[in-house]
Amino acid sequence: MSVLAIIEHDRGTLTSASLGVLTAARNLAQQMNTTMEALTIGANADALSSVAALYGATVVHQAHHDALTDFGPEAWGEAAAQVITSLSPQVVMGSGTERGHEIVAQIAARLDLPASMNCTEFDSSFNGTQPLKVVRARWGGSLLEQAEVDAPIKIVTLANHTVEPTEAPTTSTTNVIDVQLDASVLHSIVRDRVERVAGVTLATASVVVSGGRGVGSAEAFAPLEELAALLGGVVGCSRAVTNNGWRNHTDQVGQTGTRIAPDIYIACGISGAIQHWVGAMASKNILAINLDQEANIVTKSGYAVIGDLHKVVPAVSAEIRRRRGV
Amino acid sequence: MKILVCVKRVPAPGARINITDDGQQVDTAFLGFTVSPHEECAVEAAVQLVEQHGGEVTVLTLGPAEAEEQLRTAVSVGAAKAVLVPIEGQDWDPQRTASAIASVVKDLESANGSFDLILFGNESADSCGYQVGVRAALKLARPMVNGAKGIEIDGTSAKIRRESDAGQDIYVLPMPAAVGVKEGINLPRYPTMKGRLASKKVDISRSETTASVGGLKMIQLQRPPERASNTQILGTGPEAASAIVDLLEELGVFK
Repeated sequence: MSVLAIIEHDRGTLTSASLGVLTAARNLAQQMNTTMEALTIGANADALSSVAALYGATVVHQAHHDALTDFGPEAWGEAAAQVITSLSPQVVMGSGTERGHEIVAQIAARLDLPASMNCTEFDSSFNGTQPLKVVRARWGGSLLEQAEVDAPIKIVTLANHTVEPTEAPTTSTTNVIDVQLDASVLHSIVRDRVERVAGVTLATASVVVSGGRGVGSAEAFAPLEELAALLGGVVGCSRAVTNNGWRNHTDQVGQTGTRIAPDIYIACGISGAIQHWVGAMASKNILAINLDQEANIVTKSGYAVIGDLHKVVPAVSAEIRRRRGV
Repeated sequence: MKILVCVKRVPAPGARINITDDGQQVDTAFLGFTVSPHEECAVEAAVQLVEQHGGEVTVLTLGPAEAEEQLRTAVSVGAAKAVLVPIEGQDWDPQRTASAIASVVKDLESANGSFDLILFGNESADSCGYQVGVRAALKLARPMVNGAKGIEIDGTSAKIRRESDAGQDIYVLPMPAAVGVKEGINLPRYPTMKGRLASKKVDISRSETTASVGGLKMIQLQRPPERASNTQILGTGPEAASAIVDLLEELGVFK
């Protein structure tokens, strides 16, 4: 009887979303009057037990197998499914990331149990015996669904950025579990990696200067590039821009692109359709530069300038250079 | 090679998603429908692979009769065959959907031979369940990787490229395999005139099936709380540059 938090990591490096999962799992365990336990997959993650203890896990289960040297959705799913079968927790919670969803989908498929992804709330009267009522994000978060998970083990992922991680140090024990992995689950282990060139990425940048259909062409992004460079940020874009072939999809902010959370998001010539908004809404501040005062992005932003981005953006760069005296 | 692409018909929302009074579904009175974006790219990926290596693309959807429209769209950009798994009323839950797809695929394969690749979208745009492909692949005993931003065929295996926080990860799956595709893998083409004609003529086969209800039950949809937005207008035109830089300084992003 427990709530089991699945710790996502990459070759032993903790994925930050796991801290929210540990916190939410601990809160749920508390209301259920049970313990929060954690699971790490692969011996290269054994050191993360101390992090789990810092966030309140009373037991950290460590799934071991010689093949678990890197991420592999099927191997991880099978390893976790075996641990879950032997522990019978009441709730299993994973992270609402690309890999987190995939691991949890693999677990649920292997146990033939339902799974509710991207949960933002859990029923505060849940005690472990009844179906678990949740609220989960649909449409990338622009619509919510009240749902019920009716199964002996409730399997969920926590929507990213919904729970602020808080520590609750405890003394924990570790429990090594040797799992049996059939050759069929080993194919999908990462075979090779091309490391990213160091630098600021869209997902981690503190400033994102983004352009939409209003920019008009690939070449017209040059002033946005210049402003981003002056602010140590990166350039993003809307789906209309990628669909027009003006920029690569890696620059796309949105439900099917990258979710960003910069200190400021400067949205130039972007109307703010739902698909785009859900990728940008976690930004701490949003400044819209748009000709249309009624544009969706203008009405939702904290700050706006009404005007032609082709004139406003170069003027901002010029003002920055003037104040820096260069 | 034979490739199956599973697609979903979803509403195409603009600036706001409205729900019906009973809270049971998205109000689509004023919305068009489309193929869910990741799957639109999966269709394109399949068509490109067949152009390189020969073979044919079959597209399948589980949905209402109207989802024929999305199957025809896929045919208009290069799919050769289309299969509708008709359902009535509400969307099926993920377990039920995956079981139904797996059982139809088994029937198709016993009649016409195995698919080398089965492509899914990474997740559907509307329900965001992230699991139908994974469940169906397991039932069909196919190795499966989600999040694909590149697929190359090398003899009897599929090389999958996928982005991670650290860079690009490479997976190699022996075929037959299943892959969840993400938008950005390609830029889907527009239909040609020839494609449009083919899409009108294609014979859409219907595969009725049943599957038992799973354990995830939708109770009601609700709109998220509106973020209080008192937009502060900093100015109009390039004259606002000074106010913008003041704001950047205040936020500490301009030093």
